[in-house]
Amino acid sequence: MWDWIKIAVLGLVALLAALTANFARDLAYQVHALIVMAVAAGLFIYTVRTAGEEKPAATGYMDGVVRAGVIATAFWGIAGFLVGTFIAFQLAFPQLNFDFLQGYGNFGRLRPLHTSAVIFAFGGNALIASSLYVVQRTSAARLWGGNAAWFVFWGYQLFIVLAATGYLMGATQSREYAEPEWYVDLWLTIVWVVYLGIFLGTIVKRKEPHIYVANWFYLSFIVTVAMLHVVNNMAIPVSFMGARSVSAMAGVQDAMTQWWYGHNAVGFFLTAGFLGMMYYFVPKQAERPVFSYKLSIIHFWALIFIYIWAGPHHLHYTALPDWASTLGMVFSIILWMPSWGGMINGLMTLSGAWDKIRTDPIIRMMVISIGFYGMSTFEGPMMSIRAVNSLSHYTDWTIGHVHSGALGWNGMITFGALYFLTPRLWNRARLYSLSLVNWHFWLATIGIVLYAASMWVTGIMEGLMWREVDAQGFLVNSFADTVSAKFPMYVVRGLGGVLYLTGAIIMCYNLWMTVRGQKEVSAAAATPAE
Amino acid sequence: MSEKKDYNGVETTGHEWDGIEELNNPLPRWWVWVFYATIIWGIGYTIAYPAWPGIKSSTAGLLGYSTRANVAEDIADVNAQNAALRTELAGADLAALVDNRDSEVYSYAVNGGRAVFAANCSQCHGSGADGVAPANGYPNLRDDAWLWGGTVEDIAFTVAHGIRNEQSLDARWSEMPAFGDILPEEEVEQVVQYVLSLSGNETDAALAEAGAEVFDLNCSSCHGVEGMGDTFQGAPNLTDAIWLYGGDEDSVTETVMNSRFGVMPAWSDDYRVGAGLTQDEVNAVAVYVHQLGGGQ
Repeated sequence: MWDWIKIAVLGLVALLAALTANFARDLAYQVHALIVMAVAAGLFIYTVRTAGEEKPAATGYMDGVVRAGVIATAFWGIAGFLVGTFIAFQLAFPQLNFDFLQGYGNFGRLRPLHTSAVIFAFGGNALIASSLYVVQRTSAARLWGGNAAWFVFWGYQLFIVLAATGYLMGATQSREYAEPEWYVDLWLTIVWVVYLGIFLGTIVKRKEPHIYVANWFYLSFIVTVAMLHVVNNMAIPVSFMGARSVSAMAGVQDAMTQWWYGHNAVGFFLTAGFLGMMYYFVPKQAERPVFSYKLSIIHFWALIFIYIWAGPHHLHYTALPDWASTLGMVFSIILWMPSWGGMINGLMTLSGAWDKIRTDPIIRMMVISIGFYGMSTFEGPMMSIRAVNSLSHYTDWTIGHVHSGALGWNGMITFGALYFLTPRLWNRARLYSLSLVNWHFWLATIGIVLYAASMWVTGIMEGLMWREVDAQGFLVNSFADTVSAKFPMYVVRGLGGVLYLTGAIIMCYNLWMTVRGQKEVSAAAATPAE
Repeated sequence: MSEKKDYNGVETTGHEWDGIEELNNPLPRWWVWVFYATIIWGIGYTIAYPAWPGIKSSTAGLLGYSTRANVAEDIADVNAQNAALRTELAGADLAALVDNRDSEVYSYAVNGGRAVFAANCSQCHGSGADGVAPANGYPNLRDDAWLWGGTVEDIAFTVAHGIRNEQSLDARWSEMPAFGDILPEEEVEQVVQYVLSLSGNETDAALAEAGAEVFDLNCSSCHGVEGMGDTFQGAPNLTDAIWLYGGDEDSVTETVMNSRFGVMPAWSDDYRVGAGLTQDEVNAVAVYVHQLGGGQ
């Protein structure tokens, strides 16, 4: 019965998408309708061919979808790093904005492609895959909802493809980190609600008496991102046959909503979600208990309560009223210790096992990731101070800050998790090569240092150049002067990106060779512990 | 569920998930105290600065801080500091000023003029003062071809009164007739060939020779016998290969047939009350334009 409903719905979707492609008012909408049509038609044929087949009842942990998530994370990671490195060189050498790429591959089109690919495709897949792995293990229960997890996985990939191709064809809401247009947002909302259902359902049917701290963080990430996504993307489509839409809010309210969203995308996607990863993989890899249960409770509630108010620091010295700017700054400073609670709990979990930093390159990766987390969560509150912000805002310092967090914290903890997960998911005895992990570690670390250091230098330099006035109050430098002064540092930044990308490619090779290697002979069957 | 265990004198909570346990360590003291300190600082800061919103406004803060007031104060300070320079510039002898490039007034004029230009002139003349695009009717101000004179006084007068506008009675004014209504078509064709030949273009020699006579009778009174133009009448020099509206055959024919009528507003605040340029700003922008490269 269920198969026949699916067939009917998929057929209808394919038909409607074909009609939409015919009547579409712009290229992006037309191409997207064709993509949706192809996906629905493919699934239609697949479902017809397999309808009525008996499927064996699934038992044990549901790991297939996590394996797919690991592959997607590695794939989108390479794609996102590659685009990032390319646009870094586009900034240094504008000739790389080739004439034949105008309107598709120039910096303005590729920049959101890079940010969305690394945050939502690489980071998002890492979060979804690891959360589905962790929630099963720490709840001792198979995922709730059966194949709904596969719907989430493929639905999320479709979201990524629609968003990415949309950017190249100019479909954007021009809201940073919320660029996808209204219909892509609606699709993501559906996928996300199903994801929330799976996660909650699994927690509800858990066999452990308590909910593990990693799951608090994952759950806060899923719930808050849902809220942020819905509110910030409220928009009215210009036409149901076109990609364009108009924001439901205007002026400074619109800007404030966007940066409430933007800041909490950092707070709940890149901080809370990844803290969930940290709280599972660090104690597992170190084989040590978590440092302090009390600290995890206090810093969790403090973090999620305070983070949500810090957004106005993105709008210092703008049309935003002074009071909102003050509150944003104050909450950002108070956020310092709650953020560091996670760092303390992560690092101190290694107490009694510090020697592993020397012997285990995966632990080393996780430790440096926590180190970068601590550094950027100190730098962030500092940059939110109005006086500091008046120098740092709009400069490359901000870009450096974001990347020491993203490359250092999010990237490194994800690499650590991938190295942990791959042998276990594919049932292999060990990783193919620890010395390649070591290479990855050093390439990535040096890459980040080059990136962050060059951006500090250009950021502070350009901030000082912008504000330099002569004795009579006239600006000394034109904008173009600052651009040409930054050139050498832009090259250094690009080289940092090359190192980081090289490390990630080495990781993919290592993971691939691990999967191709010998199966573990005496593998324990992966069944929920009773 | 496992029993409470002991790791180096610290108990676990007794919880266990997939082999992960939790120690029952207390909160690090320094962490707690720094957290408290930031909260207390935060409360103090929100008392000192505008912070808590009400229905219609917010608390003002004890320090009376306001970003808008601060900016206004900064601007007022700079204006007060420069007041003497502005007065001096407004009454300056411009010709003497541009010969004295080391003076403070000159430096003020160039920098201030750049700002005035960016805000008021760049829309037509381009942010680089190069006329944005060739032959669109907006003169390039970086070259040494001047329709109405290129001394700094000439430029200041043009800025203050504009060209062919009805705001200022002193506006630069001249009007070329539409020769399409006056000359037979073949004579227009001839004179176009002659005019093109003046700036070294290859032209039809026979037509150009006939055109020379047409030019002498109809055009030379303004453009001069040699076609060198006349800045008193704003008549362009036709021999320098610099074209305001294009130097190809079609464009020149269009100009001869229908004439052109470019307009520039009078920028002096005598004519644009509250929105125009003060005398010191007129002088500043004139000095700025003069030093771009083509000033005479």
